[in-house]
Amino acid sequence: MSMMALFAQLLVGLINGSFYAMLSLGLAIIFGLLGIVNAAQGAFYMLGAFFSWMLLQYLGVGYWPSLILSPILVAIVGIALERTLIRQVYNLDHLYGLLLTLGLFQIIQGLFVYWYGTAGQPYPTPPGLTGGHNLGFMFLPTYRGWVVVASLTVCFGTWWAIEKTSLGAYLRAATENPTLVRAFGVNVPMLVTLAFGGGIALAGFAGVLAAPIYQVNPLMGANILTIVFAVVVIGGFGSILGAIVTGLVLGVLEGLSKVFYPEASNMVIFAIMIVVLMIKPAGLFGRER
Amino acid sequence: MAIEIGTAAPADTGDRATALILGAIGLAILIGAPFVVYPIFLIDLLCMALFACAYNLLIGGGGLLSIGHAAFWGGGAYIAAQSAKIWGFNFEFAILAGTATAAFLGLIAGIVAIRRNGLIFAMVTLALSQAVFFLALRLPFTHAEDGIQAVPRGWLFGVVDLRNNLAMYYVTAAIFLAGFLLVARVWHSPFGQVLRAIKDNQPRMVSLGYPVDRYKLMNFVLSATLAGLAGSLKAVALSLATLTDVDFTTSIAVVLMVLLGGLGTLMGPVVGAALIVTMDTYLSGIGVPVPVVTGVIFVLIILVFRRGIVGEFAYHWHRLRSR
Repeated sequence: MSMMALFAQLLVGLINGSFYAMLSLGLAIIFGLLGIVNAAQGAFYMLGAFFSWMLLQYLGVGYWPSLILSPILVAIVGIALERTLIRQVYNLDHLYGLLLTLGLFQIIQGLFVYWYGTAGQPYPTPPGLTGGHNLGFMFLPTYRGWVVVASLTVCFGTWWAIEKTSLGAYLRAATENPTLVRAFGVNVPMLVTLAFGGGIALAGFAGVLAAPIYQVNPLMGANILTIVFAVVVIGGFGSILGAIVTGLVLGVLEGLSKVFYPEASNMVIFAIMIVVLMIKPAGLFGRER
Repeated sequence: MAIEIGTAAPADTGDRATALILGAIGLAILIGAPFVVYPIFLIDLLCMALFACAYNLLIGGGGLLSIGHAAFWGGGAYIAAQSAKIWGFNFEFAILAGTATAAFLGLIAGIVAIRRNGLIFAMVTLALSQAVFFLALRLPFTHAEDGIQAVPRGWLFGVVDLRNNLAMYYVTAAIFLAGFLLVARVWHSPFGQVLRAIKDNQPRMVSLGYPVDRYKLMNFVLSATLAGLAGSLKAVALSLATLTDVDFTTSIAVVLMVLLGGLGTLMGPVVGAALIVTMDTYLSGIGVPVPVVTGVIFVLIILVFRRGIVGEFAYHWHRLRSR
């Protein structure tokens, strides 16, 4: 029985970890290109979940279409904000970028709290993924298995696209020296906008995946944002693979602590952050910038 | 390009006459206000203003952006409320206990956070404040969602009955004034100058032999202590310490107050706090979503009004006079 509990918590940890991984991956991409820590990432995660709920509620669009549609809608919102507002602070101290996105976060979250309250809306498990399998050592709900597979695929797909494709090579080059890459005839502003949209779509995608597991709640973004910040501090900016691995490992560690010492499960990531800062301030995969 | 900090409060220029006149007007307002406005509202406002001054010392003085300062305000508030209500501390000892707690939290958080600069520093402060939030949610004495309610104000030095709102107001005003003057003193001290120099060019200060980390840590602890003093005062004076006090939104509110008033100006945080507290009270009365409005103001300030009200005023005043 206790083995069952252990594996169940491991699964929850893996799921949370893959959400952390997707959000911190998006943060790392945007930070690499723009030098901005996008605090609105939490709001885009919430928007992803809410858009899929609204698509179902008002338009009858089901889970599978909204798995694609919702992140695209989130990315459109994000790109619109980038083009109109966030762009204005690129030449200022990067702290202004953090403050601006915090303000945007507060506006988006505040609007949804105003419209939908803080109670949370249920989102049904998509047909075809209900039920579960008994694996002998644990009971695996089908949907949760799907979430792990889907998010790992997206995470490593993103890693592959950035590290192994020519588009990714342009992107990495634009991170290092945008002026030179532009001189080679690459449309860097377009590339930046696309990457920004991609980074935000990752958060939206995580939100859609989260909707059937957790309720669709306007405050879900705030809860995950602080944890993702801690994850990024632990992993350090500067490595795509580092962001993915750190997110997954910390999610699993958090899940394990729920088995052995549930009272501390909320604190474990922050405790790890403190230890890492004292021992290796740049983060596990980071470079001192 | 660094964060734009106004250094142009009239008092900074050695223009003593202007400073004295402004000071006299301020003192008159502080004394006369409770006869015009409801004292409880003013107590709330002054506590927030002191919190904002404490925050301003950190960012305006040292250029360190914390987005987790509610941890110190709220940490102080909880301990002050607990010690006044359950442990039976006198008013002054309850405030002291809350303030000391915040100083301790500030020391721990400071040691961890100053290992990084800039953006990562800000992210660390947010994460640490969330840890304090979880503690406040989980520890039994904080009573989770209910908070600590009906905290008795007690007597000041066993003499002054603080159940009288007017007496409570003047005690609050005196503590606020002391805190404000302390910030002003630190600001103009050699310590404050070293802090601003570190903000402008840290590598140079390191090479000149200044123990940069120790300066930053002292500033962080000082700011946290004052924030805790403000929070403790608020908890006892308004008889309440709740999760809102350690919440992320409170951390953001204080950043907004300081930005709106003017980063690094002495009067800015007070003006910003007065405006935001007034606006909160007014807006929540008519059912407008306050976070949305404050978020919009936040964004507008960052985009078009980075000097803040006092900063903008001082800037134009200086241009006018230097012509």
